[in-house]
Amino acid sequence: MQEHELRHLIGQVKAGTLSRRAFVQTMLGLGLTAPMAAQMLAHAGVAQAQTKGAAMFNPTKRGGGGQLKVLWWQAPTLLNPHFATGTKDQDGSRIFYEPLASYDPDGNLFPVLAAEVPSVQNGGVSKDGRSVTWKLKKGVTWHDGKPFTSADVVFNWEFVKDPKTAARTIGSYTDIDKIDVLDSHTVRLVFKKPVPFWANAFCGVNGMIIPKHLFEPYMGEKSREAPNNLKPVGTGPFKFVDFKPGDIVKGDLNPSYHVPNRPFFDSIEMKGGGDAVSAARAVMQTGEYDYAWNMQVEDEILKRFEQGGRGKASIVTTGNIEHIQCNQTDPWTEVDGERSSLKTKHPFLTDPAVRQALSMLVDRASVQEQIYGRTALTTANFLNAPAPFVSKNNRWEFNVDKANQILEAAGWKKGADGIRAKDGKKLKMVYQTSINAPRQKTQAIVKQACAKAGIEIEIKSVVASVFFSSDPANLDTYPHFSTDLQMYTVTETMPDPQDFMLQFTPWEIASKENKWQGRNITRWQSEEYGKLHKAAEAEVDPVKRAALFIQMNDMVIKNVVVIPVAWRPRVSAISNKLKVAQSGWDSDFWQLPFWHKEA
Amino acid sequence: MSRYLLRRLLIMIPVLAGISLVLFTILCLAPGDPFEELATNPNVPPEVRANLRHQFGLDDPIPVRYLRWFTSMLKGDWGFSFVSRIDVGTLILQRLPTTLWVLGLAQLLGLLVALPVGIYAAVRPYSLFDQVSTTLAFIGFSLPTFFTGILFILFFSIYLDWLPFIYRADISATGWRWYWENLRQAIMPVAVLGLFQGAAMTRFVRSAVLEIVRLDYINTARAKGLSERVTILKHVVRNALIPVVTLVALQIPGIFTGAVITEQIFRVPGIGSLLITSILANDTPVIMAITFVFSCLVVVFNLVADLLYGWLDPRISYR
Repeated sequence: MQEHELRHLIGQVKAGTLSRRAFVQTMLGLGLTAPMAAQMLAHAGVAQAQTKGAAMFNPTKRGGGGQLKVLWWQAPTLLNPHFATGTKDQDGSRIFYEPLASYDPDGNLFPVLAAEVPSVQNGGVSKDGRSVTWKLKKGVTWHDGKPFTSADVVFNWEFVKDPKTAARTIGSYTDIDKIDVLDSHTVRLVFKKPVPFWANAFCGVNGMIIPKHLFEPYMGEKSREAPNNLKPVGTGPFKFVDFKPGDIVKGDLNPSYHVPNRPFFDSIEMKGGGDAVSAARAVMQTGEYDYAWNMQVEDEILKRFEQGGRGKASIVTTGNIEHIQCNQTDPWTEVDGERSSLKTKHPFLTDPAVRQALSMLVDRASVQEQIYGRTALTTANFLNAPAPFVSKNNRWEFNVDKANQILEAAGWKKGADGIRAKDGKKLKMVYQTSINAPRQKTQAIVKQACAKAGIEIEIKSVVASVFFSSDPANLDTYPHFSTDLQMYTVTETMPDPQDFMLQFTPWEIASKENKWQGRNITRWQSEEYGKLHKAAEAEVDPVKRAALFIQMNDMVIKNVVVIPVAWRPRVSAISNKLKVAQSGWDSDFWQLPFWHKEA
Repeated sequence: MSRYLLRRLLIMIPVLAGISLVLFTILCLAPGDPFEELATNPNVPPEVRANLRHQFGLDDPIPVRYLRWFTSMLKGDWGFSFVSRIDVGTLILQRLPTTLWVLGLAQLLGLLVALPVGIYAAVRPYSLFDQVSTTLAFIGFSLPTFFTGILFILFFSIYLDWLPFIYRADISATGWRWYWENLRQAIMPVAVLGLFQGAAMTRFVRSAVLEIVRLDYINTARAKGLSERVTILKHVVRNALIPVVTLVALQIPGIFTGAVITEQIFRVPGIGSLLITSILANDTPVIMAITFVFSCLVVVFNLVADLLYGWLDPRISYR
């Protein structure tokens, strides 16, 4: 889709002939994320849609809902959002801490500690993308009674940006040059350069704000000693009661919460540990708990539990994508003590025909149907977003005959053993992934199809704790990529693809030099892609920027740098009585104050 | 006696130092990285991880790290958890009451089952009771706890809906309800563990008693006209239990370190589940502390068992 077509569509939304939702869905089809599409509209002056969650239930008083019991099969280990490792800690923190704004399922900003969402037309966002002004909600107090003000916002940036603090959230704050305090409840973020995705700092899971008066003495290296790392004092709907790392988090209703008549529940208990299957049981079969997080459980099991009639699986889309990577370098030749070195070229995966054929040999429909069920969607795109349909630019197909033809045409002839070869190089590949039942089943499906096309696949599986580790000395980690193919899920943690799409840029290639910390694991080198990514980083016009990301996604797909296997939504188990609104772009607790039970 | 004790205590020092060295080296050489989650997250720049590694001293060579660990351990500082960012000591102490309560009860249950059943079976060997108890004991210790645990959950929680299968360490109720709730949630994990241990111990008690009951002095006791009750309890059991006592003493370290699998199934926040989550998260200071404390307890209780043995059986002398 060209730029002028996009502008035309936006015009239609403005004129009211095209619904906002239809526009967002069209953009999703182009491989854009919902938040981006929403931002495009916001930039063009189309008002934000009313967020649904808040309106669904109107209580007349606070509390009265009893205890809310939620189950996380990984337990939170600390409650400082800036040090959170993994969603468990973010979610645990989110009970007590809040950001300025959250991301709703459509990718709109939903104000939490902000009085309103900044936009171009209300003057909050500057046209050049160099600054954004946030108006803070007035009358918000910390749990200890101190007022929440601009100083707290500035402090969080200062706390995080100090590299000695080693905050996990630092990535969201590096673009900020300075924060001007306009008054006690207005701050202006001034960026070092034009920032198209200004809704990064102070928003979503990375945006939770900790109180200045308690954390100020613990900046930099002392940060780990802060007693409040384990005893949060926030602005959230629940006040901290008890926390046992690796086990339980408890909170009581905050009587001075800044949203009137919320929360509904009198207390919350977040229990951690165990495994996903029994967590699903506790919600859907016995009803011991009201909500369970991240149901990485086979759909068949979920369906059986649902027959218990006490709860159901709730599915919300994300940008997470299970995909197969094709190694562009030679994993079997060691150069200067490094396998898959940039100085080598893969003997046959550099041949576009082979990659094309491979892409046709991945039976995404079978993987979806037989393995993941409702917990995955088939897709042709790497960059996906919350709607169940496939891009118009890209199509995937499973076609063994066609794969055979492509290989034949490219000169890969079958030998006596049935394996194709060319110039003495045989199409034999090692295909690795982490140990996880659905992944091993996927491997088997791919292997079977490849055998029919004269490609021999050797399956390798590595223990997850090794595969996903960053140990520079271990060859079996995914960044080392010491095999021909590998498969895992990358998560789109941010509702903006800038960082997500870093993983194909030429300057991010993982190598010995950067201790395999680079994000580009396939070692695909494309100057053009790099230019597009850089352009997107500086492009403030959301429409032009969107077109750039579509181009980037299409380059990756057309060149078969990776083969998308399954687009994986987030699944949770919810008691039938509990009403929650979920968002794939934020913490499960993004609307915790609005959770309620129906009698 | 005291010279023997002193010698044993002195030997313990190099033994424990050796154990700690081996444990530490293995943990350092093991694959994995406590900050791996950061590595896979595209929003976290690599410098953050490098900074954290530096902050927690992971970049130093292993001997330096070992010496640092060893000296702070001598000062009573158990280290600092990478994952929770609190002292390992606090973390373990938080878990200790639950562990002791659940595993202590299980051990007690095991004994309460094993002693009467084992003794009665041995006194009437090859009777119907003996046959049945032997069969059950074999079934009991052949079935792994992860199987019986899930079986219990399916039956008592899902099918009958009687008992909760998620253990909560802090129940908000007060008074009698608190006790009742605590007991109710402990029933399944305690039963699973206790019956498993009890089964094995029954066999042990039975064979120990069987050995004694055939000896001549028991016949003498009976010939003296002592009642069967007195003969069995005073003369047989007392002597037969000497090996059982040492066995129990050697099992006590296990009570402190928890039962990894059972705790995981019932979500008991004990030391076993702390150990397994720490292993999965590569939280080496916590793993190190738990394994080392376990080694210490094993060494100490070995000594205790030896001493108890001598106290119960005066024929043994220490030199």
